[in-house]
Amino acid sequence: MSAVMPDAGVGAASPSFESGTRTRAVADTAPPYALELRDLRKSFGKTEIIRGASLAVNAGERIAVIGPNGAGKSTLFNLISGRFAPTSGEVLLNGHRIDGKRPFEINRLGLSRSFQITNIFPKLSVFENLRCGVLWSLGYKYTFLKFLADLHDANERAEQLLHMIKLDRKRDVLGVNLTYAEQRALEIGITIAGGANVILLDEPTAGMSKSETKRFIELIKEVTVGKTLLTVEHDMGVVFGLADKIAVVVYGEVIAFDTPAAVRANQRVQEAYLGSHVADAQAAAGGH
Amino acid sequence: MSAVPQRAEQSAPAASHAATPYYRFQPFNIGRWIIWTLFAVVLLVAPLIFTSSLSQTMLTQMGVAIIVCLSYNMLLGQGGMLSFGHAVYSGLGAFLAIHTLNLVSKNHLPLPVSLIPLVGGISAMGFALLFGWVTTKKAATPFAMITLGIGELVWAMSLMFPEFFGGEGGISGNRVTGPKPFGITFGPQIQLYYLIAVYTFVCTGLMFAFTRTPLGRMLNAVRDNPERVEFVGYDTQKVRYISFVIAAFFAGISGGLAALNFEIVTSEVVSGYRSGAYLLFTFLGGATFFFGPIIGGILMVLAFVLLSELTKAWLLYLGLVFLFMVMYAPGGIASLIMMNLRVAAFGRLKELWVSYLALAVTAFITLIGAAAMIEMVYHLKLNAALGPELRFMGAALNAQGASSWFGAAFVMLTGLGLFEVARRHFARQWGEIQEFIEKEMKRREAL
Amino acid sequence: MEFFTISLLNGVSYGLLLFMLSSGLTLIFSMMGVLNFAHASFYMLGAYFAFAVSQLVGYWPALFIAPLIVGALGALFERYCLRRVHKFGHVPELLITFGLSFIILEVVQLIWGTSSLDYRVPAALEGPLFTIYGTQFPAYRAFMMLVALLMLVSIWLLLTRTRIGLIIQAALTHPETVEALGHNVPRVFMLVFGGGAALAGLAGVIGGNAFVTEPGMAAAVGPVIFVVVVVGGMGSLSGAFIASLAIGIIQTFAVGTDSSLLGAAGTIGFDITPQTFGYALWKLKISQVAPILPFLFLVLMLIFRPKGLLGTREG
Repeated sequence: MSAVMPDAGVGAASPSFESGTRTRAVADTAPPYALELRDLRKSFGKTEIIRGASLAVNAGERIAVIGPNGAGKSTLFNLISGRFAPTSGEVLLNGHRIDGKRPFEINRLGLSRSFQITNIFPKLSVFENLRCGVLWSLGYKYTFLKFLADLHDANERAEQLLHMIKLDRKRDVLGVNLTYAEQRALEIGITIAGGANVILLDEPTAGMSKSETKRFIELIKEVTVGKTLLTVEHDMGVVFGLADKIAVVVYGEVIAFDTPAAVRANQRVQEAYLGSHVADAQAAAGGH
Repeated sequence: MSAVPQRAEQSAPAASHAATPYYRFQPFNIGRWIIWTLFAVVLLVAPLIFTSSLSQTMLTQMGVAIIVCLSYNMLLGQGGMLSFGHAVYSGLGAFLAIHTLNLVSKNHLPLPVSLIPLVGGISAMGFALLFGWVTTKKAATPFAMITLGIGELVWAMSLMFPEFFGGEGGISGNRVTGPKPFGITFGPQIQLYYLIAVYTFVCTGLMFAFTRTPLGRMLNAVRDNPERVEFVGYDTQKVRYISFVIAAFFAGISGGLAALNFEIVTSEVVSGYRSGAYLLFTFLGGATFFFGPIIGGILMVLAFVLLSELTKAWLLYLGLVFLFMVMYAPGGIASLIMMNLRVAAFGRLKELWVSYLALAVTAFITLIGAAAMIEMVYHLKLNAALGPELRFMGAALNAQGASSWFGAAFVMLTGLGLFEVARRHFARQWGEIQEFIEKEMKRREAL
Repeated sequence: MEFFTISLLNGVSYGLLLFMLSSGLTLIFSMMGVLNFAHASFYMLGAYFAFAVSQLVGYWPALFIAPLIVGALGALFERYCLRRVHKFGHVPELLITFGLSFIILEVVQLIWGTSSLDYRVPAALEGPLFTIYGTQFPAYRAFMMLVALLMLVSIWLLLTRTRIGLIIQAALTHPETVEALGHNVPRVFMLVFGGGAALAGLAGVIGGNAFVTEPGMAAAVGPVIFVVVVVGGMGSLSGAFIASLAIGIIQTFAVGTDSSLLGAAGTIGFDITPQTFGYALWKLKISQVAPILPFLFLVLMLIFRPKGLLGTREG
């Protein structure tokens, strides 16, 4: 059940898409959003980058986050995943506040993210990379009294992941020796390794060719079945093929959050991408 | 488990980090057991082959050095933490060990001498629990500076508390004391050697085992990408802190063994100079492979005991070797060995022997010339009273004579020129072989 | 009162010297990400070269020549050694500067021996500048402060008012962008490294005869300037300034203070004897504790404010 959207088009006053018509009482007993942002703000020095972003994502939804360059999409991800702490506002994961927590605390609560610039463990093999991703979630913590070779569940899970991301043949290759696309696949693998339910992917297909992108999107679909997914994307083909809903971020605010068709017709979105003249022309030409 | 054919069994020395996974170490497939048995045999048999008392002293010291360099590499090679103050932990362990030894001598504590090093280990661990939290708050460069600062702190304190640190004369002890199980007194050097050999074997084994545990692997992950580690659920500082404490434990054991060996501990054991030595030799041996520090520890003892006798310029030579290693072979001697083993595994090592010979000969000539000049300078400065004549490798040189200088310079420059020629030839050959290996790896992958 | 004034003046001059050293270190670190372990060795070289040159042509030429030689050596090292290692990462860079410090120490001992040198204050600057409360304030200390301040002001002017300074400032944070704009950034690096070395050398020229000139001088001051840099906040010049002055003043005061906890306890009536538990701690005089004060400072700062006083960058 999605939140009610205000009129897509002229006069959409408030850019925040919170509970809409849900009343407080109903919200208390209804299942919490998988991820919720409430009036999130972030300033670096005197510059406010995120200026009151709000969003509410249900469990299992696939959201594409789009917007012009510099809109603050990556910063938003950084705020959600704990890389930076917000200046004000709240981030809630399954109803619990996670703003201000450290990345590992957030990860342990079930949120995982990938990075725009590949962030793997270069001197470990592919298998080891994946295994590192699963260790905490299986409860092994900081132990130095067990051998890795004896951790059957960790090893099996790592093998499963290896198979899922289709890098079986590269099992023992060091991360630094993989091709770019393989590294991106490994990046995804590490991200989903811990079994997190909310996954944030930051430009997963950046730098890939058309065919690589296609294959990669299929991979992402496969590995994130049943999970809540937020992806920052620039490739519109990917966006329309992958996402249930699209969130449009402009100047640090979420100006639209709706199904792809509705967002395409949203005038504010058109203004942001195309400039107001063209948007007016489109509206005048009967585009809805 | 998916069936991946011929999964390379990485043998013991090649361990967890940075070994290229493609060479199939065919001769060592039964791998691990052979290597460790060999290691044990070498430890057992060495003093029976090298029987002079100098050798036995050196072998004893080597065991101690191996443990401390391995513990240092836990921080440097496995954790990416460059510490300038590791001697604090080995040194404090040594001090507490010798104080405990003295307690045993006074019959206050019925502890067998063979357990004294454990006292060193545990006390060092205690100090690491204390200092380590503050030290591991930061990474990389600030970490190095903090370890330097704490090292200086402890060094300066050693001058402030002569009761504990013994002032100028240090603290002495007597290892022939306490309960003597099985009649082993540790009076003769050989008995002490075997005690140290046992500790060396066990500690090496434990530290190797560490590399194969979750914490050990996460430590590697922290070295490679500390930020990512946080995003897979681990607190980076905790990983570093716990590993730091474990490394200090082994350093303390090494200190305790040294205390038993020399029966005296002076404040030099916590000096920055000593920390620097650990760094230098671990790096020289090779920080990227598990067995690198073993080589480093052996070299450390050889340098301090033999090289220092051979020439007064040994520290300068050491510094220069270190400088060249950092620039041209940052993986240390271990990496040089592994690179060549990789070439051997692909069957192309034989072709290089001529190049290696040429390199060795020309390098030798260059070094002779350079060393002659350095020795002459040292002779002039330090042995002036003996007159300007000195013997260098069987030839009589006159440190004030122009002909000696000219001759040495000529030899060095010729050697340098020839070395450059040999080097270029070698580089070409090596490059071609590396290309071949890359292609071969791709080909095998596609099978 | 006189102790206070004299110690304050001495502390400030020592602090300014520390700042001369740590500013060069901070500049090199900010721009190149390299913490130059050999920085204190350049200080030592400055003192030794000044001694050698002043033997030949006197002190005043040495004031200019010695730093230039040290700067040139620094630039050469950057060009031929440091640059090679840059691609391996920060740890090898730190290691190579460590190796350099080692080699410099050996070479200095080789050429000039292991005992301290008779590097004297020039006759023109000997004697007191003024006498305050019955104690003399040496003219040379005032000269040191003057040189330090002049040097720092000119560096500040260079960085903020000249074109090359502008490029250096830009390259401090965005070397690749500056290179993309067509500037020879590697040469700028070489300049900055050489400049930092020259600054350290100048500190050696003026500090070597005020304090002691011996092979151990690098190891004596080296860790202190690293503490200054970490305490002030890595990469912050103003933080280094405050930290240098603070440490300089506190340490100078401490060295001159002979009171101890034992004495303090005595004044309130507690009688501490050698049998009292912890006597070793009680009887410690502040002057004995002085050498570890910078490092205590470091540890406390790390516990309570890990960023440093005015830290901007993480190491």
